[in-house]
Amino acid sequence: MSTSLRNSSAVVLAVAAFVLLLGGVALAFYWVPNAPVEGFRQRIFYIHVPVALTSYACFGWAAWKALRLLWTRERRYDLESYTAVHMGVIFGILTLVTGSIWARTSWGVWWSWGERQLVLFLVLFLFYSAYFMLRYSVEPGPRRERMSAVYALFGVVLIPVSFMAIRLAEGLIHPVVFDRDPSDNLAASQLTTFVVCFAATLALAASLYVNELTGKRVDERLRELREALS
Amino acid sequence: MIRARGLGRSFGTKRVLRDLDLDVADRDALVVTGPNGSGKSTLLAVCAGLLAPTAGELEVDVERGRLGYLAHEPLVYRELTALENLDLYGRLYRVPERRERIGMLLERFDLWEARHERVSAFSRGMQQRLALCRTLLHDPDLLLLDEPYAGLDEAGAALLDAELAALAGERTLVVATHEPERLAPLATGRLALT
Amino acid sequence: MNYLADVGALARKDLRLELRSRDTILSMTLFVVATLVVFSFSLPAGSGEEAAYGLLWVAILFTSVLGLTRAFAAEREQRVLDGLVLAPCDRSAIWLGKAIAVLAFLALAEVVALPAFALFFEPVTWEVVAAVALANLGLAAVGTLLAAMAAASRARELLLPLLLLPLAIPIVVGGVGASISDDPGRFLGFLALYDLIFAILSWASFEYVVTE
Repeated sequence: MSTSLRNSSAVVLAVAAFVLLLGGVALAFYWVPNAPVEGFRQRIFYIHVPVALTSYACFGWAAWKALRLLWTRERRYDLESYTAVHMGVIFGILTLVTGSIWARTSWGVWWSWGERQLVLFLVLFLFYSAYFMLRYSVEPGPRRERMSAVYALFGVVLIPVSFMAIRLAEGLIHPVVFDRDPSDNLAASQLTTFVVCFAATLALAASLYVNELTGKRVDERLRELREALS
Repeated sequence: MIRARGLGRSFGTKRVLRDLDLDVADRDALVVTGPNGSGKSTLLAVCAGLLAPTAGELEVDVERGRLGYLAHEPLVYRELTALENLDLYGRLYRVPERRERIGMLLERFDLWEARHERVSAFSRGMQQRLALCRTLLHDPDLLLLDEPYAGLDEAGAALLDAELAALAGERTLVVATHEPERLAPLATGRLALT
Repeated sequence: MNYLADVGALARKDLRLELRSRDTILSMTLFVVATLVVFSFSLPAGSGEEAAYGLLWVAILFTSVLGLTRAFAAEREQRVLDGLVLAPCDRSAIWLGKAIAVLAFLALAEVVALPAFALFFEPVTWEVVAAVALANLGLAAVGTLLAAMAAASRARELLLPLLLLPLAIPIVVGGVGASISDDPGRFLGFLALYDLIFAILSWASFEYVVTE
C-alpha cells in the first residue's frame, strides 16, 4: 500500500466520507419528517443504527483479515486486522454513547438492560478491550499475530451467540422496557436518509481505517529502516 | 537439509539473528559458537520450527517427528518420573518398541536406577542426561543441540562424547556450544555468531 | 486411532500430575465453597430464591477461572509445551487432553459445590445439573484455549479472566436461565449450541495459538 501523501484512494475516501456525512446530517435533520410517535428525538436512530452496523462491519472485516493471516501466513494482515478491530471499538463506543442518549431521551434512563443493541455492544466492548490487553501483554512477533487473529475470529462468532443469549435473557434476567424494532416499516424518506447515513458511517470508517493503517505502515517502515542502518 | 538465506529473527525491536546464510547438508555436523546473546539458542529454535523467521527464508527438510531438539530447559515434567516422561514422549513420537528403547537409553545415560524418581529430585546433571534421552528417543534424523554439555559432570560428558561420536556421520547435527574444541574431531563446519 | 491414543496419554498425564500435587483441585473446591459462604452473607434477607441461582453460576465461573489459570502452569514453567508442540501428533490433541483434565477438575469441584449449594440455598434440580454439565464443556473448551494464550503472555494470571469473562457471558445466561426458567429446554439447547460452536472453533484454532 502506498504511503505517499498523494495516495489517491485515501483522498477519495476522505472526500466521499465528508460529502456523505454532510448529506446524511442534512437529510436527517432537515429533510426527513418527524417520526409519528417519538418525534424529533427519533432522529438519533439515523446515527445510532448506522454506527452500530458499521461497528459490526469492522469486526467482520477484522475477522476476515485474521482468517487471511492464518491461511496465508502473510504478516501484513496482522496490522490490517488490528486496525479494523480498533475502528470497530471506536464505532462501538459511539454506538454505546448514541444508544445511551437515545435511551435517555426516550425513557429518561442512561442505561437499559432491555436494549438489546446496547447490551450486545457492552459485551463486545469488553471482549475487544481484552483483545488490546492481549496484544499489549505479548511481545510483537509471529506468535502475537496468530493469537490476535484467533481471538478476532472468536469475536465475530461471539456476536451472534451473544445476541441469542441476550434475547433469551430478556424477561427472565433483564426487564423488558419497550419493544422497539428500529427497522420496522420505514417510510421511503426515512429509508433514504438511513441509507445515506449508513453509507456515510461506512465511508467514515473506511477513511479512518485507511488513514490509520497507512500511518502504522509508515511507522513500521521507519523502524525497519532504522534497524537496517544500525 | 537446512538451508537459510538472509535469515533474521527479531523479538520486538531487538534483532537477534540478522541476515544469516546457512547450508547444512545431510549428515553434516555444524558447530555453532558465539558469546552469550549472539543468537545461538534462537537459531536452533528457529531451525526446530518453534520460532518463525521474521526475515529471510529457511528450509528445513525434515519431518516434524524426525527432529530432535535439546534446549536449555530439559522440557520434561518435574513432577513425573523419568520413566513417565519418556513414556509420554515415546507415545507422542510413535517410537516403535517404546519400552525397550526407553530402557536402553536410560541405561546408556546411567539413569536406569533413577527411572522411578521424579525429575524434581534429579541433580542438574541427571536432568540434562534425561533431556538427552528425550532428544534421542525417537532416533531423529536431525539433531539440534543447545549446549548439550551444560550441567554435565566428567562422567556425563564422557557418555555424551561417546553418543555424539556414534551419531556423527550417521545423522545430521547442529550443536551450539561454548566448548567447540570438544567437538572438533567430528565437526564438518563451523558457524561463529557475533 | 493414533489421535485418541495421544489425547488419552496427554489427559492421563495431567490427571496423574494433579493426583500427585492435588493443589488445583483442592483450591478449586475450597474456593467454590468459600464463595458460596460469602454469598450467603451478601444476599439480603428476602431476596428471591432465584437470586441464589445467579450466585451459583458466578461461583462456578470464578472457580473455573481459578482452575484454568493453572491449566498450563506445568508446561509454562518448564517450557514443556515446546517439547509437546515438536511432536508429530496433532496439536489439537494437546488441547483436547488438557480440556478433558480441566473438565474433570471442574466436575470434582462441583460434586462438592452443588450439594453445598443445596444445603445453603436452594434445591438442585435436574435442570441445574444438566446446565452445569453443559456449561462445564463450554468453559473447558474455550478456557483451555485461552489459558494457552495467557500462558504465552507476560500478564498470565491477570489476562485469563479478561479473556474468558466476555466469552462466558452466554454460558451464564444459559445456566441461570435453565435454573430458573419455566422452559429450561430452550436454555439447555442454547448451551449445547454454544458448546458445539466454541468447541469446534477452539479445537481448530489451538494449533495457531501454540505455534508460529
